[in-house]
Amino acid sequence: MNWETVIGLEIHTQLATQSKIFSGERTRYGAEPNTQACLVDLGYPGVLPVLNGKAVAMAVKFGLAIGATIERRSVFARKNYFYPDLPKGYQISQYELPIVSRGSVVIRLDDGSQKRVGITRAHLEEDAGKSLHETLKDRTGIDLNRAGTPLLEIVSEPELGSAAEAAAYMRKIHQLVRYLGICDGNMQEGSFRCDANISVRPSGDTELGTRTELKNLNSFRYVEKAIEFEIERQIDVLEDGGKVVLETRLYDSDKDETRPMRAKEEANDYRYFPDPDLLPLELDQALLDSIKESMPELPWEKEERFATDYGLNPVDIQILTASSEGAAFFEASAAGLAGNFELAANWNKGELRAALNRDGLTITDSPVGGADLNSLLRRISDGTISGKTAKEVFEAMWAGEGDADEIIEARSLQQITDVAALEKVVRQVVADNPEQAEQYRGGKQKLLGFFVGQVMQATGSKANPAEVNKLLRAKLDADEN
Amino acid sequence: MDRLTVSQLSAGLRSGKFSSEELTRQSLARIEAANPSLNAFITVTGEEALTAARAADRKLASGNAGPLTGIPLAHKDIFCTAGTLTTCGSRMLANFVSPYDATVVSKLADAGVVLVGKTNMDEFAMGSSNETSYFGPVRNPWEVSRSPGGSSGGSAAAVAAGLVPAATGTDTGGSIRQPAAFTGITGFKPTYGRVSRYGMVAFASSLDQAGTLTITAEDAALLMEAMAGFDARDSTSADQAVPPYSKMLDESLAGKTIGVPREYFDDGLDPGCERAIRDALDVFSDLGAKITEVELPHLALSVPTYYIVAPAECSSNLSRYDGIRFGYRHPDARDIGELYTRTRQEGFGAEVKRRIMTGTYVLSAGYYDAYYLQAQKVRRLIRDELMRCFEDVDIVAGPTTPTPAFGLGEKIDDPVQMYLNDIYTIAVNLAGTPGISIPCGFSGTLPVGLQLIGPHFGEATLLNFAHRYQQQTDWHTKTPPPVSNDGAGE
Repeated sequence: MNWETVIGLEIHTQLATQSKIFSGERTRYGAEPNTQACLVDLGYPGVLPVLNGKAVAMAVKFGLAIGATIERRSVFARKNYFYPDLPKGYQISQYELPIVSRGSVVIRLDDGSQKRVGITRAHLEEDAGKSLHETLKDRTGIDLNRAGTPLLEIVSEPELGSAAEAAAYMRKIHQLVRYLGICDGNMQEGSFRCDANISVRPSGDTELGTRTELKNLNSFRYVEKAIEFEIERQIDVLEDGGKVVLETRLYDSDKDETRPMRAKEEANDYRYFPDPDLLPLELDQALLDSIKESMPELPWEKEERFATDYGLNPVDIQILTASSEGAAFFEASAAGLAGNFELAANWNKGELRAALNRDGLTITDSPVGGADLNSLLRRISDGTISGKTAKEVFEAMWAGEGDADEIIEARSLQQITDVAALEKVVRQVVADNPEQAEQYRGGKQKLLGFFVGQVMQATGSKANPAEVNKLLRAKLDADEN
Repeated sequence: MDRLTVSQLSAGLRSGKFSSEELTRQSLARIEAANPSLNAFITVTGEEALTAARAADRKLASGNAGPLTGIPLAHKDIFCTAGTLTTCGSRMLANFVSPYDATVVSKLADAGVVLVGKTNMDEFAMGSSNETSYFGPVRNPWEVSRSPGGSSGGSAAAVAAGLVPAATGTDTGGSIRQPAAFTGITGFKPTYGRVSRYGMVAFASSLDQAGTLTITAEDAALLMEAMAGFDARDSTSADQAVPPYSKMLDESLAGKTIGVPREYFDDGLDPGCERAIRDALDVFSDLGAKITEVELPHLALSVPTYYIVAPAECSSNLSRYDGIRFGYRHPDARDIGELYTRTRQEGFGAEVKRRIMTGTYVLSAGYYDAYYLQAQKVRRLIRDELMRCFEDVDIVAGPTTPTPAFGLGEKIDDPVQMYLNDIYTIAVNLAGTPGISIPCGFSGTLPVGLQLIGPHFGEATLLNFAHRYQQQTDWHTKTPPPVSNDGAGE
């Protein structure tokens, strides 16, 4: 039988606010346990939540970017359950009336095709704290630094048909929230994580199969592998005549398998009801207008512009616009290189990325900036140095030895393009190697390389290779006559 | 034993007739003498009070004093006070020392009041008799075998008995007005959102409101000027200017109208109470006000509606008492489930548990629509009905309670009878409007309260009506018999 997979993702993005969603406490990552939890975060008697307007603005930004409906009136609700790292015994979230509903994004698949994926809703909520089971022997530690951190939960329609599509969708959302500056996207620190709802059904069926939920997938690779495993597992169960059980499962990346979580965590009735401590969130037009005006260029808008402005191919555009920082770097490095944008693209994809990877740096930490690279590329473009020499200059720039021109000057790396001077060297080299000249003329054309090498050696590699080739051919062929 | 009002004491302090320290010592001495029989205080802050009183005296001497500087005052033990116990009448918080001050507490402290102690109350403000307190019931100074009402019973008894000239309270379904009526004093519940809830231990967030227990409406006005106002830490607090209530008390009532709901005078109303209320309405007629009948056809639904909405909110509000971070914790739990269960079993009393269970039930999947959602609709209906009255009348008036103070032990085993005692006060909380109870006579030997209800943010109007009435009558000056030290055995 042929099987069809249906996947929906719930992505939790931690919003990049300075303070928590309902208190003034800081949200810095990595602080000593329980040093970033004020009385509101701790759920002390008598304290009250006050909504952080910055988190609201970020949610609106996201909604606008995905072409969603921004609800002018949304409601915070309490999700009630007991857990030691949930101080109030309820999580403030949005339930029936979320701030963002009905949007979509377009994802690009490996075969180059595109697919529009619906986003059911995105709602604001507070994060819980952390229970630390490993660090303390026979005890559980509670760290409430994360309690009250603002989250935007983004819920997709069940429209993803494979693990690859799910991963592509997750990447697209990751790219978008980083473009919007609403999430740092750091998956190791848990700033961007996702739960996946997965079911399979016989191809052609319209009814959904029983789903399982995979919790807390925090890397693109795990999302793909976990979903792949789970699809195979469900198909195996069904083909063996069994039934898929509605349950929450965890992905074990060491064993590359999914396992059910304890069943008792399933039987929750969260008793949602509107939080009486918070008035319904009303958004006025002026606020929406000001957020609209502050919207940055979106990834797909940038892709389109890169095609028009730089004439690059789609694959390069994908790479160069993956992050807005990377795109900005490219644009700075390509300034004024009209007709030679490909050179900038190649350097951004090649030398730059290789150096960043080698030193474990992100593009924002690059010791060579976009404008710095631009001055180097201009020297290639105007023939001052060769591409090969440029690599040497780049390494020196990377090591902090100065800007491109300073290094070229200091190391006397300017190419010899003076034809008269080069002709003199060529004449000398041919005269010094009559045997090879004879063989060349006898048809051993590949000896041209030998002569080029001799010329380069004689000029300390500063001769313009194209010019050398031309002059050597002319000289050797002329002598024959 | 004299029982002076805040305004009289304020005048005396300014003229140097007595010092704040003398007043405070007198208050502390009275508490010491009366508390064994009244049980009105859970905590007395003698040392801190004397320090604050001396500071107030310095301020008075410097000429920078406000109207409340140096006035001894008690807070209901539901308001968080930094560095002292805030028990909320519960075993759960019997050891809880708040690290911060409630907004009400800091505002009154800024105004110069001297905090002498924290008053007893029904556990988490859930009760109408003060019998649900972990610290034992408060006794009514008029007759110590009777309840002072609840949940602000300690504050009411303390003011009625002259232990303090004024106290704060909170009112979720009548918890200021009913005890004021039972003890013959003035109890004022402002509009929802008028006074910040920050630092007030939550019972039912959409209904809770802080207010005052005083001898006169004038004193309520003075306290309100200090307590009311927008607080950025409470999202439900109203961003509206606070009018100078104490300057608006003397306006004439000529031509004003009072609506009296037909439904208030049914078989359930004690005849003695009815007589006192009708006499009070005559006084208002004499003052020039016009009395007309109004209708609140859904009044009877206010009690069942309240007992869905309030428990629903409390079931969630009280989830934070889990033994993890503060308050009572069962000492011998073997796992987290047992820790929660035993902590909450032992930390909460019967009435609190009853309401948590009721609230959990009405919010449960499958019952939410039938109970919680339906109750919200009825709440809207009751509010709209009351709002409609204010299109025709300036205020609504009637009894605060159907009977005068009932006996301790009389209703505690019959929750429904207990709940029905709040029939006249609850609708006001559901609607979010202000209400005040003022003494208007006696049924037998027990005080009767007249309730005046105003439109949203009609505080000034209510206080004006109440003050004019108190200028015309002397019911608010009646004091209970002196309390003997062994009073409990009457």
